Amino acid sequence: MTNYDVLVVGGGHNGLICAAYLARAGRKVMVLEANEQPGGAAASREFASGYTVSSCAHWLTQLSPQISKDLALERHGLQLAARDLDSIGLAPNGQHVTVTGSAVEGAALSEEDKLAYAEFHRKTIKFSRLLARAFAERPPKLVESNLTDRINLLKLGLGMKLLGKEDMSELLRLALINMYDVMEEHFDNETLKGLLSFDGVLGAHMGPRSPNTVFGYLYRRVGDVHGYNGPAVVKGGMGALGSAMADAARALGVEIRTASKVEKINLDQGRATGVTLNGGEVIGAKLVVSNADPVTTFEKLVGFRNVETGLVRRVSQIRMRSGVAKLHLALNGLPSFSGLTETQLGQRLVIAPTMDYIERAFNSSKYGESSTSPALDISIPSVHDSSLAPAGKHVLSAIVQYAPYDLGQGWDNHKEAFTQQLIETIGTYAPDIGERVVASELLTPVDLEREFHIKGGHWHHGEISLDQVMMMRPFPGATQYGTPVEGLYLCGAGTHPGGGVMGLAGRNAAREIIKRGGAA
Amino acid sequence: MSRKQGDTMMLETPFHSRVALANELNLWEAWSGYTTPSAYFDVELEYFAVRSAAGVFDLSPMNKYRITGPDAGAFLNRLVTRDVGKIGVDRVGYTVWCDNAGQVMDDGTIFHLAENDYRLCAYARAMDWLSWSALGFDVSVVDESAEVAALAVQGPTSCSCLQSMGLDGLETLKPFGIAHFDFEGEDLMVSRTGFTGDLGYEVWIAPNKAETLWDKLFEAGKPYMIKPFGSQALELTRIETGFLQAGVDFVPAQETIRPGRSRSPFELGLGWLVDLNKPVFNGRQALIREQQIGSRYHFVILDVDGNKPAHNSFLFKGQQQVGTVTSAAWCPTAKSNVAFAQIETACGDIGDQLVAEIYYEKELHWTRVLAPCKVIDGAVFNPARRRMTPAVAY
Repeated sequence: MTNYDVLVVGGGHNGLICAAYLARAGRKVMVLEANEQPGGAAASREFASGYTVSSCAHWLTQLSPQISKDLALERHGLQLAARDLDSIGLAPNGQHVTVTGSAVEGAALSEEDKLAYAEFHRKTIKFSRLLARAFAERPPKLVESNLTDRINLLKLGLGMKLLGKEDMSELLRLALINMYDVMEEHFDNETLKGLLSFDGVLGAHMGPRSPNTVFGYLYRRVGDVHGYNGPAVVKGGMGALGSAMADAARALGVEIRTASKVEKINLDQGRATGVTLNGGEVIGAKLVVSNADPVTTFEKLVGFRNVETGLVRRVSQIRMRSGVAKLHLALNGLPSFSGLTETQLGQRLVIAPTMDYIERAFNSSKYGESSTSPALDISIPSVHDSSLAPAGKHVLSAIVQYAPYDLGQGWDNHKEAFTQQLIETIGTYAPDIGERVVASELLTPVDLEREFHIKGGHWHHGEISLDQVMMMRPFPGATQYGTPVEGLYLCGAGTHPGGGVMGLAGRNAAREIIKRGGAA
Repeated sequence: MSRKQGDTMMLETPFHSRVALANELNLWEAWSGYTTPSAYFDVELEYFAVRSAAGVFDLSPMNKYRITGPDAGAFLNRLVTRDVGKIGVDRVGYTVWCDNAGQVMDDGTIFHLAENDYRLCAYARAMDWLSWSALGFDVSVVDESAEVAALAVQGPTSCSCLQSMGLDGLETLKPFGIAHFDFEGEDLMVSRTGFTGDLGYEVWIAPNKAETLWDKLFEAGKPYMIKPFGSQALELTRIETGFLQAGVDFVPAQETIRPGRSRSPFELGLGWLVDLNKPVFNGRQALIREQQIGSRYHFVILDVDGNKPAHNSFLFKGQQQVGTVTSAAWCPTAKSNVAFAQIETACGDIGDQLVAEIYYEKELHWTRVLAPCKVIDGAVFNPARRRMTPAVAY
């Protein structure tokens, strides 16, 4: 029995956004979320009594302003505790480097480096603007393209042409190469090079010398195009964003069922007809949209045996092993970082003092070991939002690279030692951190996989690299949000343009479904 | 680097010592990495041994995959186009399998050995594709090509030969059936299958008993005029009886480089092997689409005037070129000049008249013949004894 027009499997931000747009277009939509709270990787968690952090993504840097406006997220409770924060690259000698939007400052920084950064920023934003335009549309197909696809491709080509001769050839040169070479070309200061190149590998299982990490950097800069002149902190943690999205979706008529894990997507003669929940309940719908990553969708929910071998092969080969862990610390007071004022502690703090430091950290991960000197992206959100910790106390959240998904010795035996090592790493810059810690939590990729139901724990549902973006995302031949399974669409970060709490994958998927007249 | 005499990079089949002894012409070719005889003593005589008495062909190089486990049947059903559920235990089924584009990757046979136990015989190496296909199934896929030795015993006296070797009751084995016999303490599996279109069997045995099997078979078959035959005689028999050869009449899809050069089952006249009622199998979606929009080619058998085989000929309907020949032979028993052809779908109904442009050479003198030909309904060689059970004794 078909009750719903559309069932969305997974109430992550893209699932909620997709559902909201579909409901706005008159579809009867239900979102099924396995966890207690909707929002997916936009989640908050009280990891120690009285201490709350964003448990996966911890900055808001890319959310599409169009989506914010369309869903009236502010009206539904989204508040930013801070925005347009600086990124501070920490140097062991205290000569830190601070990036504020288009400018960079630092005691050890030469005038040449400052000028070079301004030019580098101008150029990269210009490129990212081009990306942002492509991200807002469905990815064009290269073969069998129809008029819309041709126009989209044409726009992309025209956009590149309009960059001007010099910048266009620069883009074509840069997009494929690695951050290391590009940084060496542009800058002298090691800390600046470390800070910027870290943006190229953030969330990826790549090091600064890995090919197409420049693309990773440009990808992040799409956030700047979306109006984030630096990272923002969501009041109440990222979970509040998830709640706001859920409320926005409900206001548009979407029904959301939490704690309802979808066990499988039901098929009849190769067509998706609905889902079965883990309790055995069967729900029918005209269309099923999966917010889960493509591997989970096809391997677990649809079942590899129910699709053709070629698809199984494509899906199995998506690179989506994460090298990223999440560290949460409950602190009995603000730690003192050498060379930073108390207000600076609310900014984004990056421990990636040199590019070689990051590359060495990555080396370990390549061979199934955790980094001995990991690179960290640190947020102390309680500086901006006192609701996250008891009065006078603080929480620290850090993105940790690298912590391989398939750690040789297994994470159970290594979690505690690695947590200690991370605290010591931070201690190099904030000597009193050890005595401040009252509780800690480490979420390894394996934990992230379990908590957020993402295969491999990869927060982008698959590596963002040139072979896995645009018409190759999630894999060649399954583009534009449709799948070889009739009646099944994808809307998660595994589809174009990817994750990063941008929301465009969910919105684009909804637009595509509406355009194709699905479930009308 | 020096090389000893007889030391080649080619593998030898378990029958090699006997095959080499019988190979009076010392004529060899490569098949799936093995050295195998093109002919033993005379192609025509070998052919007539198969058609009038019994011929023995060493098919050990055939790629053989053992598929076992609780999902073995389900795995095969997703892999191939036909409904594997209809192949009972101790039965053999001919089938093709496709890629996602509905293009034929290979043809072969499925032997249903026991519950949840199958053997897949394939022209091309298939381990990679089978391994990918196994994801999501509780199934084990093992390449047993080198662990099973096999001979085809084909022709009117084949049953008598094998009976005289001690395979009592073999005459009751139905076409595509499987039976087991004891052979010197080893299991000898016999299937009533083959590639010659006549009464015939394939016998399967452990490699360590291969030479003994060869010796006993030829000894027992002597009164029945048993002879070995090579690939060239096999080629004549299979064309005469209308069997496609992978790599000749179609290029396995995974081996094609240029777009559009592979073929679908419908385009090869094998639509009868496609069961679109199965909810999922490789190529299903593409084949449904092909049924809606139509195929590009269709496969026909032609009866060509004259006695010049229409090798590689262009085919014309009036002034228009409508297709090409993939296999051709003068077929001695049927006494007809047969060609297999791929032609455009607009023509090629049974009875259609076409013209084959045949080139042939005699002593450096090339001649071009425009031979009329007719699309015929089915193979020219199809004797009743092929299907009769009990097998007719000769």
